[in-house]
Amino acid sequence: MASGVKPRVKVPKTAAAGEAVTIKSLISHKMESGQRKDKEGNVIPRSIINRFTCEFNGQMVIDVTLEPAISTNPYFQFEATVPEAGEFVFTWYDDDGSVYDTKKKIEIA
Amino acid sequence: MEISRRETLALGLGAAVLTMLPFRVNAAVEDSISAFTGGADIADGGVTLTAPEIAENGNTVPIEVSAPGAVAIAVFAAGNPTPGVVTFNFGPLAASQSASTRIRLAGTQDVIAVAKMADGSFAKASATVKVTIGGCGG
Repeated sequence: MASGVKPRVKVPKTAAAGEAVTIKSLISHKMESGQRKDKEGNVIPRSIINRFTCEFNGQMVIDVTLEPAISTNPYFQFEATVPEAGEFVFTWYDDDGSVYDTKKKIEIA
Repeated sequence: MEISRRETLALGLGAAVLTMLPFRVNAAVEDSISAFTGGADIADGGVTLTAPEIAENGNTVPIEVSAPGAVAIAVFAAGNPTPGVVTFNFGPLAASQSASTRIRLAGTQDVIAVAKMADGSFAKASATVKVTIGGCGG
């Protein structure tokens, strides 16, 4: 599924050094579970995001493995430590091989 | 045929065991959990699983897990066609070992969170969620 996938991430613009910030992420994706059937009774094949990662300056914050039981438009909220100014990289891995990513810079206030 | 007091007691005990069995032999969930733990013992406590008591729509049920000192938390849904739900692996920059997301539940069931602690031990917590409309389609 390459169309209509739009990652959205909410990260504060500034933080104190060493502060924990709350990050919210959402990506629009239908997350077809592979359990549903179409009108003819054929199983609709599975098509989901199977992995989501968040890194800060190359260091891992969270690495999530997703199963079909995750809702449409997968949403995650978690906390990250910000030791210095830098950039968060968020990456989503699709079943079809597509990789979506987005980056957010954060300054030390 | 006369039934003695001893036999009556045995019958009652047998019936009680039988009613408890279906909860014990939920093979798929046990298998997925032991695949995550490697068959290690799981202690109760140390993990917080926040889930609504009643979810009107099984397609999107908000849950939150938290386990201080954990390196990974896996969530399982005992009554779903596939029991695995999500696995959070926390990296060195995770400020707290907690995360929240939204999951699908096929019907009223137990949701189980298993945390792998830094010392290699495991802990779990579970919550029962009542689902009004299931979230697995046809």
